[in-house]
Amino acid sequence: MTGSDEVWLIAGMAAVTFGIRYLLFALAERIRLAPWIMESLKFIPPAVLTAITLPAVLLPKGEWFVSLANPYLLAALLTLAAGVLTRNLLATIAIGLAAFFAHRLLF
Amino acid sequence: MNQPEHLRRQELLAGVRDTLPLLLGALPFGMIYGALAATSGLSFAAAVAMSALVFAGSSQFIAIGLIAAQTPVAIIVLTTLIVNLRHMLYSATLLPHLQHLPQRWRVPLAFWLTDETFAVTVHRFQKDDASPDKHWYQLGSSIAMYVNWQFWCFLGLLLGQRIPDAQSWGLDVAMPVTFIGMIIPFVKTMPIAVCVLVAGAASLLTLAIPYKLGIVLSALAGIVAGLSAQRLRASPPACER
Repeated sequence: MTGSDEVWLIAGMAAVTFGIRYLLFALAERIRLAPWIMESLKFIPPAVLTAITLPAVLLPKGEWFVSLANPYLLAALLTLAAGVLTRNLLATIAIGLAAFFAHRLLF
Repeated sequence: MNQPEHLRRQELLAGVRDTLPLLLGALPFGMIYGALAATSGLSFAAAVAMSALVFAGSSQFIAIGLIAAQTPVAIIVLTTLIVNLRHMLYSATLLPHLQHLPQRWRVPLAFWLTDETFAVTVHRFQKDDASPDKHWYQLGSSIAMYVNWQFWCFLGLLLGQRIPDAQSWGLDVAMPVTFIGMIIPFVKTMPIAVCVLVAGAASLLTLAIPYKLGIVLSALAGIVAGLSAQRLRASPPACER
């Protein structure tokens, strides 16, 4: 990749990323969200996060891998259990990461 | 409206504190970005600039993969646009809470809007205390995420040049682990549980759709399902939780 390609790449990525994040904030005065949209907003975070996460766990390298031999799936299950039981985000993430690397070391 | 300085500082520090666990999740994620970038054909300076100016983990990852595959710049930028569409859903959620702020606040908070800061901050905005300084909380979370990301990306770049097989360590597991931790606190009601199940099922049924567009479609399916569940529950007195 040439130097000028890199400049265009980063300028383009920065512009579209900021544009998406800022568009609604910029227009805030002119936007009035309908009640049903206001009602649906609380579903957005868990919906988006789940849609990103589940394929990353079940198809870690782009191929289906549904088995406890899949370290991503095992880590995800233990993370879920830790999260429900401890309700502590730091402990949850630490347990999930530890489970993954323990699995990689042992198998 | 003029709040004492120390209340703002309290909000800012609370934002930093509540983001700390997510910094741990971003650590391996940032390291592997740096390590992959070092071997992708992107220059060191460009890889640092991308973290500093784009600041969007998943699209940075995808861009690195596309660069290594010699993809044209225009396609990479278009892919970034699509992968980041979900951020528009985030800004719609925050809009009612940030609407009253001047642009000098909205611009930086938009630039720093990530999955992590959004998930943490939304809980703060949803609390019903009347603090007028909740945006300081978001600022604290944003700065913590930004500084942390730059640091680990940089370290990953340095190490990536020395340890060629760093990408095979599976550090990308940090993303699902962190996200699962972030999802759990949201699932407090039956409609949200329905939303999560449907979004998850849809994400597996839309895998064939290119450019990760399936994420946005699956999220929309989950939102519609959650709304429907809420409506159904509101009309007859059904199972309460």
